[in-house]
Amino acid sequence: MSESDVTMTESTWSGGGLPYAISSKKLGMWLFIVADSITFGAMLVAYAYLRVASPDWPIPFKFTPSIVNATIMTFVLLSSSITMVAAVQAAQAGRIAACVRWMAATMFGGILFDILHIREWLGLIHEGVRLFQNPWGSPLFGASFFSLTGLHMTHVTLGVIYLGIVATGFGRKKFSAIDVEVSGLYWHFVDLVWMFIFPLVYLISARIH
Amino acid sequence: MSSVAAHAHGSSGMSWFMKVWGCLLILTAGEVFLTYEQLRLELMLTLLMGISIVKAALIIAYFMHLRYEKRSLFLTLIPVLVFVLVMMVVIFPDSFRIHSLGLVTH
Repeated sequence: MSESDVTMTESTWSGGGLPYAISSKKLGMWLFIVADSITFGAMLVAYAYLRVASPDWPIPFKFTPSIVNATIMTFVLLSSSITMVAAVQAAQAGRIAACVRWMAATMFGGILFDILHIREWLGLIHEGVRLFQNPWGSPLFGASFFSLTGLHMTHVTLGVIYLGIVATGFGRKKFSAIDVEVSGLYWHFVDLVWMFIFPLVYLISARIH
Repeated sequence: MSSVAAHAHGSSGMSWFMKVWGCLLILTAGEVFLTYEQLRLELMLTLLMGISIVKAALIIAYFMHLRYEKRSLFLTLIPVLVFVLVMMVVIFPDSFRIHSLGLVTH
């Protein structure tokens, strides 16, 4: 048995090894993502419960502007995920300037998503939707819609700030490629959550006629 | 880990990710198309959720790289998450109760 084998076995059992073969930062982010998935899962279940239990649930989303707007938002968020993948690949290849540019593109996607989403909110508020009232039906619509999409928008906004910090740090060689990858995990998760909010909130409540 | 990741994808890594991205866009377009087909609500909900779960799986497997990590990471994170989320659904029969109480006239 070589010396390196002994060290690896001992360090694994004494807590010094990496049982999942990933850095502790990455494992930490994965654990956060699992916890946050349950938060969003609970909010989506609560929203779906209220929607099923309320026969007068409003279906305010017309094809234009709402469904078109939400589809563009989905496209923007998915595209910002692919620019994040490019950023991680550039970081791992040691191309610092390219990585920072791709991360800036990802942040731009996040900001565009926020702008489109706030435009959507303002449109609904203009039509008379409030947290506890709306012109069409169950007053719970506003509370569940704004809290669910608001929590997601908060995640996007914090994600943009987080990516900005990591991109700046990576550009100045304070952060490593691992940090870029971990911030990428968070960004893809925010994208993933929207893949459930988009059909469950918008498409199911589309006004067909 | 970075060398392992680079090795797993080879030089054509980015084009593979672009294909996954293309799939996600096509699935999204499919969802929007389904919305305007006059399907029964239960069928549409099943199809939309099915497509969303496929999209989520693509994002987790490729973008979040879980497919290329050790299997033990997947086994630690995902089954328990799915279990917890499925357990939340047990409250749903209660949300249908109001429809059978005869309180609603419409």
